[in-house]
Order: sequence, then structure tokens, then C-alpha cells
Amino acid sequence: MTYITKPDFHHPSLGKNALGFTRRDYEGKVSTLCAGCGHDSISAAIVQACFEIDLEPHRLAKLSGIGCSSKTPDYFLGASHGFNTVHGRMPSVLTGANLANRELLYLGVSGDGDSASIGLGQFAHAIRRGVNMAYIVENNGVYGLTKGQFSATADKGSKSKKGVVNSESGIDLAALALQLGATFVGRSFSGDKDQLVPLIKAALRHKGAAFIDVLSPCIAFNNHKGSTKSFDWVREHNEAVNRLDVMVGRAPIKASYDPGELIEVPQHDGSVLVLRKVAADYDPTDHVGATNYLQQRQAAGEIVTGLLYVDPEAEDLHDALGTVKLPLNALPDRELVPPSSALAKINAGLR
Amino acid sequence: MTAPIRAINDFVVKFANVNGSGSASANGLFVKAILRMGVPVGARNIFPSNIQGLPTWYEIRISGEGWLGRRGGVDLMVAMNPQTWDRDLAEIEKGGYLFYDSTKPMPATRFRDDITVVGVPLTQLCNSAYAEPSKRKVLKNIIYLGALSALIGIERAVVEQLLHEEYGSKPALIPANLEALEIGFDYAKNHLKPIGLKLQRADAVGERIFVDGNTAAGLGAVYGGATVCAWYPITPSTSLAEAFIDYCKKLRHDPETGEARYAIVQAEDEIASIGIVTGAGWNGARAFTCTSGPGVSLMQEFIGLSYFAEIPAVIFDVQRGGPSTGMPTRTQQSDILSAAYASHGDTKHVLLLPEGPNECFEFGALAFDLADRLQTMIFVMLDLDMGMNEWLIEPFAWDETRNLDRGKIMTAEMLEAGADFGRYKDVDGDGIPYRTLPATHPSKGSYFTRGTSRDPYARYSEEGAVYIDNMERLLRKFDTAKSIVPAPIERKAAKKTSYGVIYYGSTSPAMDEALHAMEARGLAIDALRLRAFPFAGEVFDFIAAHDLVFVVEQNRDAQLRALLINEGGVDPARLVKVLNYDGSPITARFISGELAKGMAATDSRPVGETVR
Repeated sequence: MTYITKPDFHHPSLGKNALGFTRRDYEGKVSTLCAGCGHDSISAAIVQACFEIDLEPHRLAKLSGIGCSSKTPDYFLGASHGFNTVHGRMPSVLTGANLANRELLYLGVSGDGDSASIGLGQFAHAIRRGVNMAYIVENNGVYGLTKGQFSATADKGSKSKKGVVNSESGIDLAALALQLGATFVGRSFSGDKDQLVPLIKAALRHKGAAFIDVLSPCIAFNNHKGSTKSFDWVREHNEAVNRLDVMVGRAPIKASYDPGELIEVPQHDGSVLVLRKVAADYDPTDHVGATNYLQQRQAAGEIVTGLLYVDPEAEDLHDALGTVKLPLNALPDRELVPPSSALAKINAGLR
Repeated sequence: MTAPIRAINDFVVKFANVNGSGSASANGLFVKAILRMGVPVGARNIFPSNIQGLPTWYEIRISGEGWLGRRGGVDLMVAMNPQTWDRDLAEIEKGGYLFYDSTKPMPATRFRDDITVVGVPLTQLCNSAYAEPSKRKVLKNIIYLGALSALIGIERAVVEQLLHEEYGSKPALIPANLEALEIGFDYAKNHLKPIGLKLQRADAVGERIFVDGNTAAGLGAVYGGATVCAWYPITPSTSLAEAFIDYCKKLRHDPETGEARYAIVQAEDEIASIGIVTGAGWNGARAFTCTSGPGVSLMQEFIGLSYFAEIPAVIFDVQRGGPSTGMPTRTQQSDILSAAYASHGDTKHVLLLPEGPNECFEFGALAFDLADRLQTMIFVMLDLDMGMNEWLIEPFAWDETRNLDRGKIMTAEMLEAGADFGRYKDVDGDGIPYRTLPATHPSKGSYFTRGTSRDPYARYSEEGAVYIDNMERLLRKFDTAKSIVPAPIERKAAKKTSYGVIYYGSTSPAMDEALHAMEARGLAIDALRLRAFPFAGEVFDFIAAHDLVFVVEQNRDAQLRALLINEGGVDPARLVKVLNYDGSPITARFISGELAKGMAATDSRPVGETVR
């Protein structure tokens, strides 16, 4: 539990990033999740991603809902403000936080119960509103804290630990995000750090609503035979469309690849997404193509992972609202409170 | 035959119309014309939850003495809706007047013999002047406006001037309107006998403005420094958000870049609205939502989070008739209890109780200072009557020297200087802790906000003593609120009395008139107008100083009385319920009648509940 204090010391050989921070500077409290939980791997990937993009740890706000996944923001980025909100409502709270200060990065962490059941509405509307955020769902298809009920992302026909067969169709959050207008959609697996870390880095640097569906097996309640969210099942059915590297401020190295194998997608902030194709002809900037591909491969029983879609020209909610560059929470009184001459004019118009 | 009522600048006119018929504009002109003649007016729109075809009324209290609440009764009924003919007719005072469209002959049995009937063949006049159905529909209203003006003595030039102003942006419409006005005016001059109700130019309006409370509250939010508004449309609060939007467009853009110094989101529902407000408040922006009772029901969980995690937020609750969908276009004060104790667990929330548009503006701005100062949810409790009806009020005023109070915020400098930051630590003994905003400092002052129990340093804890310590601190904070919320206002009777009356909100204008009437009858009663919850000590002092205190409010269950009993340990027998909750604003006649009855009866027997 949280009374266990992590020691501060670290190995002197631990590497530093451009800002002089070590990986340890991006860690949080000791996790209270079950040993082997996929969620802890995702926390580690978030730590690694923030370290690699040279983020000042306090310049990010981490928000979550309720559930196992939503507890994790306490386990990474201890120097950041965090907000464990109410069940299924993280997206609205994150939206408000983002409106108040557009200069910070916003990381939303949620689970499949939090986002696909109670919070499906808020998930949908935050995405279609184009809130500038990285929204990660740690997806295990099951309610862990309440001991093993199906969640809304559980596949139809999959079996619970108690042997019950799910009769309701599963919600594919990545496909849904794509349909809702997310300008960055990825899917990955908690057990594939090499794929996950660059996706998180790219999502954090993306301007607009970035969504990553991360399959994250529940070691306690959904890792058995008959489950389609178990480590074995996901490994066997994982079909990556591409491999991603995020290049920040330096020229990408292409020498080791044949021409045509790489796609480069420059982002708003100057970084470049370098994608090594795995699936031939998969173009992650083609919205309709991505939608079709996801449907086809899902019908074939595959779990498609990788950077599924990105719109490098995306705009966010602040663009749509035309808000000032300075954060709204930093505007001085004189820019907020009109003079009394304005009031005199208003009074005159009401006679 | 009853003698016809004779009155100058003191009578009630009620228009009975069909909604969607364009009558609102003509009725509005009628009121504005009277105001321009220097005579005070209280006007109330009574409308259905419907776009077109159902009955709607507009009740106008003309009072040279300046009484702006509902008086009760109707002296002149303008009956333009056949659907409601019978009840409209029944509402006219004995000796009153009926104005109607006499195009179709009606049997004598459809009238009353104790009133004066004034018929104008409106449809006939209109149809012979205009061929197009669209013109006929709208201009018929202007024809009756012309006829009424001639009948009661509204100066034609005043109405003409108003028509010019009204259609300033669409000047092509002016000639037709002037012509219709003339048709009605001339008909009345040539065919009608004068009636006993007369308007006379006066000088009793002065600098006053005519505005609704939602507009005032929206403007208050601009002056209060609100930068984030998230809302979901619901009657009767919608126009509050719209007013904020309009005033922000005019007052809150960077003059150089044109960029907005505010962000407004029409959310997908009330839950998302309050979620956005919570996130913005957590991150240091002044944020609000506006809603009505059903919205407050939906927001319960977040309201509890705001209370327990101590996040500044403001809700404008424009109350309407409940429960459930209730009477969505009628007024009530029936959310008091559900707002005061909103959400599960032990919670209490600060309520501001404006009496009309002036305080909607004032409290609308103050709410944001209080939210930041107390780091909690602040409710501003309007209702449909003050929110959606234009009231004649003193002009808005703002003290230019006033600064926004951002409350206790710990800065990077304070952290650098070695301040011991505990997010929920009571440093000053007032129950209010310091907060840091996200990204304050690279290595100090971060914390994890949650709705679960924690210690003063925001560390998760389920220990009983730690939990109680925090809950007691929240009570201390609520106690601090008592001294900084708007104080109640007492009005003493001319002579010493053992009777008191407590009231709040939109009851005010009717209460003003009722108290005046009581005094005229020689009945002495002290009055206390509440302006906020938690109640200051003087509220209970007032109750203690009187043998019997009437609590006048507009709901069935005497919610304010229950709150007084619960919070002050008051003996219920000393608080007499006076309740109006039929959806129409309370009237002066009802209040003075009930108070007089209660005061006369208490000498011999206990007063029961007086319920209308």
C-alpha cells in the first residue's frame, strides 16, 4: 500500500535524458495491483515514454476514473498532479482541466469498465470534441476490483473464469475511437513494450484526441483458457500493422530499411513518426482504409495492433474555441473583469 | 351591476394568448411603453413546455407606487385564446374589464354581467387590411396593441418610437407595424367608450433597467472572472448560458488578436457539464454550469466530489416545478434541500439566495470568489420567476477597485521558501487548506486528488481518526462560510412585535407589498430576508426574539423551514409554514392574507399549516 515508501537512491549508471532526469524521476508510488498485472507494465511504459520525450515531470496532469487501471496514476509520475475522479467521468474532468490550462500535457488513464460501460458517453464526446490528450484504456475485458464480471469489451462467446459464456457483443474501443473522429488511434499489448512505448510517446506529442487501446490481461480474473483477453490468446492473435519510432529533433535514420518500407509522418510539434510497415499497403493516414482493415481483420479473428490512424494536421478543442494562447487560469483580473464603463453601456441598453 | 373598477396607474392586465402566435413581441412593447411613460411595471410570462399551439399568459402589474410582485387578481383580461376563455373570464375581478376579438358573434351566456366587455373585431380589421396569412397572424397582435393603447391611454408616439427601435435592424418591417398600430388605435378612438383604467405619465421609473435574472447572472459570471462554462440546455436555465455567451462575445475577446478569454462547451449532458467544471476548477480556472432541478439530480456524484476533494465550482440552479419533470415552465423554490445536502454521505453546500436580477448579478460574481476562497461547490439558487421574467431593477453597479479573491493558493515561491504543504492541512484554523495548482513546481507541491479518505498530506488513509479529523475540518470550513456569505437583511416593523416572517428569493417583491399592506392595517411583523446558507447566527437570534415566525416559501414541503429546524435546532411549533407552490409566482394578497390570518388566530388556538 501507499505507506510503503520507495527508496530514493538509484544506481549511479542510470542514464539521464536531455533534461538531466533519470527514469526514476518519472516513477510514482509502489503499485498495489496484483503481481504480474498487465497494468503495471503499462505504467512502466508510460514512465519510459515520458523519460524518452524529455518531459518535465510536473508539466503533465494525469487523470483517471475508477477501477484497477484508474488507480495506476499513483504509480507513475509522482511529481505530477493527479486526479482520480469518479467512475466513467474522467474524460469530462480532463476536458475541463485542459480548458483551464492548455500548456500542460494531459494523460487520461482508464479501463474497459470505466470507458466502455459507465463512461462510454464521455469517452465518445471527449474524443469527438478533439480534446488535446493522450487517452489510454488498459483493457482486460473484466471487472477486477469486483472480482471477475464481464466488461463491455469482452468478446461475445468468450468465457469467464467461472465458466459463464458472454452473450453480449464486445465493444471495440479502437474502432469506435476511429469512427468518433479521434485523430490518433493506436492499439497495443501490455506485454509488448517495444511497440507500446513509442505509441505512448507519439500520443503524448500528438495535438488532438489521441487514443490507445492497450490489451492488458488480468492475471487474477481473465487469464484462463476460453478468455480472449489472456496473455496467450493476445500473443497468438496479435497482428501488428507497423512498428513505430518517434524521432524528436534529429534526422531519422533510414539506412537499414529498403525504400518503401518506411512511412514518415511529421507531427505539429516538429517530431516525426517513423513507421516500419509490417502489413503491406497499410496506410495509417487513410481513415477509410484503416476502418475497413480493422473490420476485415477482426472478422478473421486477429487483434490488429500498431499505429492504426493518425491525422498529422489535427486541430484541438482550443483551436475550435479560438481561445487565447495564455492559459485561462493565468489571465489577470484586468483581462477578465470588464470596466464599469461597459456596465454603463449595458445598463443603457436595458431601459 | 357591480361598479366598474376605476384606477390610475394601479391595475393588473393579463394577456391570454396561444404560444407561437407572435404575441410575445406585442406584449413586450405594451410593457416597455408603460415603462417609457415613467410608470413601474412587474411583468410575468406564464408559458407551457411547448413550441406552438398551447396557452400562454402574460400578466402585467402596473403600479405607480412601485409594487413589482404579483398582486393577485386581474382587472383587464385581454382574452385572445378561445381554449382558455372560460377560466380567463373567471379570473377577472368583479367590476373588471374583458377585451376580446368580437369578429365572431358570441352568445351572451359566454360573458359575465359583473364586468365591462370591450369588443374589437380584430380578425376582421386584420383580414381586411392584409391578404398574406403570415402578416395577418403577426400584425393582429399589433392591432390589439394599438386598440389597447388608445383604450387605457398609452401615448401612441411612445409605441411608435419603440417599434422603430425594435425593428431597427429590419427597417422594412416598420411601416407595416406602424400601420397596424394605427388601425387598432383609430378603431378604439372611434368606436370604444373610455374605461375606468387609465395610464398617466409619471416619473417613477427613473434610472431603473428592465432585465431578467438569467441575463444578470450570466453578466455576473463575466464580472466574477469565470472563464470556463460547461452546460446542457434545460428550461429555465438555458438563457443564463446564452447570456454568458453573448456578454463574453462582447466583453472578453483580446482586442488585438480577437482570441477568446473564455471557453464555453455545450456538453453532452449535465454530468459531463459538472465534470468539465470540476476539472477546470481543479486546474485553477473559474468555472460554472447552469441547470435546473433535474440537472442537479444528475450532478450529485460530482457535487460530493467537489465537497470532499475541495474543488471550487459554481452551479446556477434556476429552479422550476418538481419533482421529476414536474412543471418545467413554472416556478418553484423546491431544490433548496436537495442542493443544501446534495450527494451521498455527510455533505453540506453553500447556497446563495438572490432576491432578483440585482443580486443575480452580484451573487453571480461573488459565487466565484466564495468558491475559490472556500474551495467548494457554491450554488446560486435562482428560480424561473426571477430567471426568465424581466424585472424592473436598479442599474447594475460594479466597484472598480474590487479584486478577484483567488483564495489560498500555494505558489512556487512559497514552496521554495520551505512551506510545509499539506493539501488538506488546516494551517489557519479556519478549516480552509492551501492548494497547489498543477505544474506549480518541478519537484514540490504535487499531490493526488481523490474522492477517498486521506490524511492532511493527501495520502490515502482509511483510519477512523484520520477520517474524522478531516470531516471535522470540513465542518469548521462550513462554519467559516457563515461569516463570509451575504448576511440576512432585517426589516423591523414600526412597533414592537412578537411576530416575525422569514422569506427569500423571488418572494421579495410580493413580500414588499404585503408588508406594506400589513402595516397599513396596523399589523406589526418583523421581516428577515435570508440571502445564504449556511445560516448566520443572527437568523436564529431573530427566531428566538419572536414568539411565532412565519416561513414563506414556494414549495410543498416547507424546505427552508426544515433546513432552519435541522441546522438551528428550532422548535418546529414556532415556525409556521406559508406555502405557495402551484407554479405561479406568489402574490402579495396571498402573503398578507395568510399572515393576517395567522396573527389573528394565534391568540386563541395554535396555527395550523397554511397551504395554498
